[in-house]
Amino acid sequence: MVIIPFFTILPLSGAFIIYLVGRHSKFFTDIFANITTFVLFLLSLFILFFKPFEPLLYKVGGWLPPWGITLVIDGLTRFMLITVNFIAWTITLFSVNYMEKFTSKYKFYTLFLFMLAGMNGLLISGDIFNVFVFLEIASVASYALVAYGVEAEELEASFKYLVMSSFASLCILLGIALLYSYTSTLNIADMGVVLWEKGIVPVVIFSAVLFFLGVGLKSAIVPFHAWLPDAHPSAPAPISATLSGVLIKTLGVYLLLRIFYNLLGVNQIFLDILMFLGVLSIMVGVILAITQMDIKRLLAYHSISQIGYIILGIGLGTPLGVLGGLFHLFNHSVFKSLLFLNSGAIEYTIGTRDLSKMGGLRKNMPLTGWTSLIASLSISGIPPFNGFFSKLLIIIACMEKGYIGYAIWAIIGSILTLSSFMKVQKFAFLGKLNSLYKEVKEVPIFMRTAMVILAIICILSGGMLIPYLNNYFLLPAQKVILGGLDYKNINQSINNEK
Amino acid sequence: MSYDNKDKGMTLIVKTITGLTVGLILLYGLYITLHGHISPGGGFAGGVIVAISFIHLMLAFGREEALRILPKTFISVLESVGALLFLGIAILGFMGGYFFLDWFSKGKPFELFSAGSIIFSNIAIALKVGLGLFGIFLVLILLKFTSKDE
Repeated sequence: MVIIPFFTILPLSGAFIIYLVGRHSKFFTDIFANITTFVLFLLSLFILFFKPFEPLLYKVGGWLPPWGITLVIDGLTRFMLITVNFIAWTITLFSVNYMEKFTSKYKFYTLFLFMLAGMNGLLISGDIFNVFVFLEIASVASYALVAYGVEAEELEASFKYLVMSSFASLCILLGIALLYSYTSTLNIADMGVVLWEKGIVPVVIFSAVLFFLGVGLKSAIVPFHAWLPDAHPSAPAPISATLSGVLIKTLGVYLLLRIFYNLLGVNQIFLDILMFLGVLSIMVGVILAITQMDIKRLLAYHSISQIGYIILGIGLGTPLGVLGGLFHLFNHSVFKSLLFLNSGAIEYTIGTRDLSKMGGLRKNMPLTGWTSLIASLSISGIPPFNGFFSKLLIIIACMEKGYIGYAIWAIIGSILTLSSFMKVQKFAFLGKLNSLYKEVKEVPIFMRTAMVILAIICILSGGMLIPYLNNYFLLPAQKVILGGLDYKNINQSINNEK
Repeated sequence: MSYDNKDKGMTLIVKTITGLTVGLILLYGLYITLHGHISPGGGFAGGVIVAISFIHLMLAFGREEALRILPKTFISVLESVGALLFLGIAILGFMGGYFFLDWFSKGKPFELFSAGSIIFSNIAIALKVGLGLFGIFLVLILLKFTSKDE
């Protein structure tokens, strides 16, 4: 499949071309960035629908797997590629109007496409050192994007994020180095084979601890969550949406799945730790969120809480739990991006993030109001929307495996989520309109389009559980995780692939 | 270069020595870059040395002098061009069937023109790294830091 490397070629070349040409033509920048992300989205759909089931391998430079770098596309990668590129497309659409209020928009697009290149590269790479390189590309671009407004608060948040996230990267790098010294190979599948033959020794367990520190920090599970509530609200709204929507999932959850489920293997102790941390994240995130009066900060705390659901589902390790976790990962990307875009739309029109200063905005901004209601109901798990189905799957899976307590905590977390989003609705969109904002109008066309697309996906994506449809999207990803160490056999399919 | 301007840069001794050595440093950087495939070093190391030669110029003669030789827009444009060149070389590999395939003529081992496209990749990396590093140095110098108390 010759199109596999284009997942990194397109955003990288787009970034540099925009940096060269962007300062002369604003029009070109918008068009070019949107075309790039849209083509990436189409490519990920193409890979899903035309080669849906078998794993695909690409030999970079024609070198054979254990020595050369391979790009691997399997079910989990297809699933993540669709999620990342779909969200990225809607976010560039939103940025066309939103980023007008910042200077030098082309730098924003350059950094954004770098971040996208990093995420896509991380997803398709089958080589663990390349994974680290792309992880750093995405992280470094995101540090710069968090500080994009260059106010004191943003710089402080960015610095905090930089310190914690660099520590996470260092942990991951050290883990890779230790594994490399033990297995003498960097190809993930080949590493799996060597680990299978040589067995698990203390150094592998030590590197597993380092990996867990790293991905835990990147995905902001509770004991490692301190940077997130500062970093995510400080960024411009489209970037908050990307960070919360896909970055913490790609750098955190995807890497956790790939390294622990496919490379090192999991045991019951690890799963217990994951489930406990997941439930802890659900409760701590939602309790901290409920008192916030800054809308973006509230959403950032909810990201921690929702990541908790994903981790809980994945940590169960049963087919239903993993399915629920993955489905919640997709759903959370969609509705959390939508909520951050809504908060961006509010900030765009009235210029504040403080909930107590808003009120009655639905009359003047009906579209923002209704899409945010849809997203709020989705994240709280109200039946027709997508969040309900994934949370239901996770809770049923908890019951099925006998973790009644965890199921009850998950339900309580969901109720608290509902209450805090009812607070958002009440303060922002219902009630009396503040007299200052009488003249406020609905946001421009591209922002509206992005929000409507995401809202439609919120309503429809519950249908992805329908038996025939889930064969394409969810079940292949679930199969990769449940297959676990079978990932090590993936290089053998290279013979029937050019 | 203005050796006798006492307001800008360092003393005459430093300026004279820098004037003598800076060309050699630049040449050495280019040498490391071009011989990256047959001796230790390569695009990254060569680019760093090239950047150091310009940083020397800036330290000795003041920033206006260095920016006259290498203007800011020139730096940022060439940096992007370096990255695009590297990507272009990688994409050219598709002519042989694979991304990043080295399909140029390999030549005789241990000669300057051997190892196919590695030398071009090294030049692209040197452009990107050298100008990127110099750009970072410039940004650190040009930024004015203000605290809240002022």
